[in-house]
Amino acid sequence: METLADLATGFSVALTPTNLLFALVGTLLGTAIGVLPGLGPALTIALLLPITYKVDATGAFILFAGIYYGAMYGGSTTSILLNTPGESATIITSLEGNKMAKRGRAGAALATSAIGSFVAGTIGTIGITFVAPLVVELALNFGPAEYFSLMILAFVTVSAVLGNSATRGLASLFFGIWLGLIGIDLQTGQARFTFGLLELLDGINVIVVAVGLFAVGETLWLASRHAHGKDELLPMSGSLWMTREEWKRSWKPWLRGTGLGFSIGALPAGGAEIPTFLSYYIEKKLSTKPEEFGKGAIEGVAGPEAANNASAAGVLVPMLTLGLPTSATAAIMLSAFQSYGINPGPLLFETQATLVWGLIASLYIANVMLLVMNLPMVAVWVKILAIPKPWLYAGIMVFATIGTYGISQSVIDLALLYAVGIAGYFMRRFDFPTAPVIIGMILGPLAEQELRRALTISQGDMTVFLTRPLSASLLALAALALFGPVLWKLANRRG
Amino acid sequence: MMLRRDFLKTTLAAGAFAGMSAPAFAQTMDRLRMYIPAAPGGGWDQTGRTMEQAMRAAGIVQNFQFENVPGAGGAVGLPRFLGMRGQGDILMVAGMVMVGSLIANKSPVKITDATPIARLTGEYQVVVVPPNSPHRDMRSLAAAVKANPGSVSWAGGSAGGTDHILVGMIGQNLGVEPKAMSYVAFAGGGPAQAALLGGQTTAGVSGWGEFAEQVKAGRLRAIGLSAPTRQAGIDVPTLKEQGIDVELANWRGVFGAPGISAAQRTALTAVVERMANSSQWKDECTKRDWTQILMTGDEFGRYVSAEVARIEGVLKNLGLAT
Repeated sequence: METLADLATGFSVALTPTNLLFALVGTLLGTAIGVLPGLGPALTIALLLPITYKVDATGAFILFAGIYYGAMYGGSTTSILLNTPGESATIITSLEGNKMAKRGRAGAALATSAIGSFVAGTIGTIGITFVAPLVVELALNFGPAEYFSLMILAFVTVSAVLGNSATRGLASLFFGIWLGLIGIDLQTGQARFTFGLLELLDGINVIVVAVGLFAVGETLWLASRHAHGKDELLPMSGSLWMTREEWKRSWKPWLRGTGLGFSIGALPAGGAEIPTFLSYYIEKKLSTKPEEFGKGAIEGVAGPEAANNASAAGVLVPMLTLGLPTSATAAIMLSAFQSYGINPGPLLFETQATLVWGLIASLYIANVMLLVMNLPMVAVWVKILAIPKPWLYAGIMVFATIGTYGISQSVIDLALLYAVGIAGYFMRRFDFPTAPVIIGMILGPLAEQELRRALTISQGDMTVFLTRPLSASLLALAALALFGPVLWKLANRRG
Repeated sequence: MMLRRDFLKTTLAAGAFAGMSAPAFAQTMDRLRMYIPAAPGGGWDQTGRTMEQAMRAAGIVQNFQFENVPGAGGAVGLPRFLGMRGQGDILMVAGMVMVGSLIANKSPVKITDATPIARLTGEYQVVVVPPNSPHRDMRSLAAAVKANPGSVSWAGGSAGGTDHILVGMIGQNLGVEPKAMSYVAFAGGGPAQAALLGGQTTAGVSGWGEFAEQVKAGRLRAIGLSAPTRQAGIDVPTLKEQGIDVELANWRGVFGAPGISAAQRTALTAVVERMANSSQWKDECTKRDWTQILMTGDEFGRYVSAEVARIEGVLKNLGLAT
């Protein structure tokens, strides 16, 4: 078992005092920002990126992974007690969780989500341990044609997270693609969309856009909304100990949620939102007490919570093995890799074995830390919600500004940060989703480059995407994802 | 205020006086500012920081100040450096990459506007093929290129960069239109390496350091080095000895500000020369696998001008410059 030996090496890296400290700080910070509405792991990691100049790569990624997992745990607390999702992936949790809290079962809701998160996080991490090396084997056979077809599949699946309006989602996506195209074209060395500004020749840093959208835009939006009304914070109620019946009703949803979350998260452009929605839907169908749904059914908390944590693990698979980020957080982590001069991809497991396995081992450790931190200490986290909002927003703005300037020391980047931030505010105001901007900014230029590489190698022969078996299968999957639901509907109508 | 200004004047005058009275062969300086037209951590930055280390250890210069202005292969940083006219205590680290980037980006400024001080290190480029490739040497690959240039795909870094320039030079030397060569640009040596290991392209080009490990592990076959002669420690035949008369070094060196006096130029050259000959610098170069190719004074000035002309020619043939 080569994988187990690698994992053992990983634990020897992750268990050093320094790295344990990084994991602890990461999970603490992650839980805190998960609890705070409007602050996500993507933003937090983006703000911490300048530490990549000082801290070694392994330590930095253990910290980032701790934040990522921690935010998934913390987000549920806010959803349950405040009915405001702390994180987009915990929207579903608030549906049933907040109702449970209103019925006086807040303790049980928090417990099932924390334990479910632990189960899912651990199984998901086991998934990374064994699935990732397999994906690496496969990925070495990937040439430009296969990567391009994979991007097509990613674009098709990402359309599912575009939000309620396809037009708005596509507008966001193409805005992101346009941002991504700014700069020197890799294949021809020609400048595109730079308006003669030398500073734009290297393109726009995705971090500046992410911080602009998620920190500045989101803060402006929350601040503008703050004047109108307040959310009601429910008190902690009921024991943290679940009853025998609650255990019985929780364990199956945990496992089903984990399966959904990890497998969808591991797909290119899977993300965390779809599996949580699917899990909720499935639990509602399978429940013996469907009448409780909408009034505080524990299954509706257990399943989606497990799904969102498992998907966090799943998302790391394409990020580490293919260099393909499928969530905003993964995108930021990818740019952190690049600032170390490390390129995630099939060779990462070979060239950076201690980093990768140290990171994976630290995920197991982070999960244990998070369970301990979240169950008995939940009352402490709730206190964070008492911080006056104006202080919080002002703090975020200061950190966003300092962080961005710290990365590049460029005034142009600061101007871009605020321009993107204001754009982000209006996007939120008029209900345009912001995540597709980041996805488009990363995937769009990648798809373009791979297309042109494939065509250069094939000397302009377009059929190369269909004659190479792997590429053809990926395109077939994309076609299925695109037309499948429509055909299914048609077939059902006739039958 | 007046007091302060007077004080400044006095110190400036004293400084100028000290500068004039200092013997031209002085080999130490009080302070040196390093201007890096690239991000921290890159090749130029490492060169600058290693110079600092060596100069401190050898007691040549003790006070250092660094400024990084990254962007577009140095095209963002150079105009700012050229604005520091006549400042004799600043050195810019630059190299071959900047020459290409300035031409390809149609920059209004030239690297020859700065004052060439010294070429310090260089890295030769290597041509590799996947291990199962039918091509065992450059002659066989060259024959395939001549027969059908489009069918031989080359993986390397961004268009117009050092790797692309070498591919253009090889084409030119073989009598093939450089534009007809199938060059596939990747975002650096790492991703190009993944494509080569998977056998996606016929050949690949990068700096020797980038491919060395895979070559030693037998996962890539190195068939040609862009050096003038065989290099110690690199068991790869040169392109020249295989009938392709092409030489290319990705060199790095230092430049002074424009319009500095002859005395200032001599002083800068002296400290850099003394550093380049120190054991501290030599040890660092060996540790970092940098080939030392020291060249100073007017010889280096002529070399830079010749490089600009030569690379401009190649980029024009590749259709990247006008």
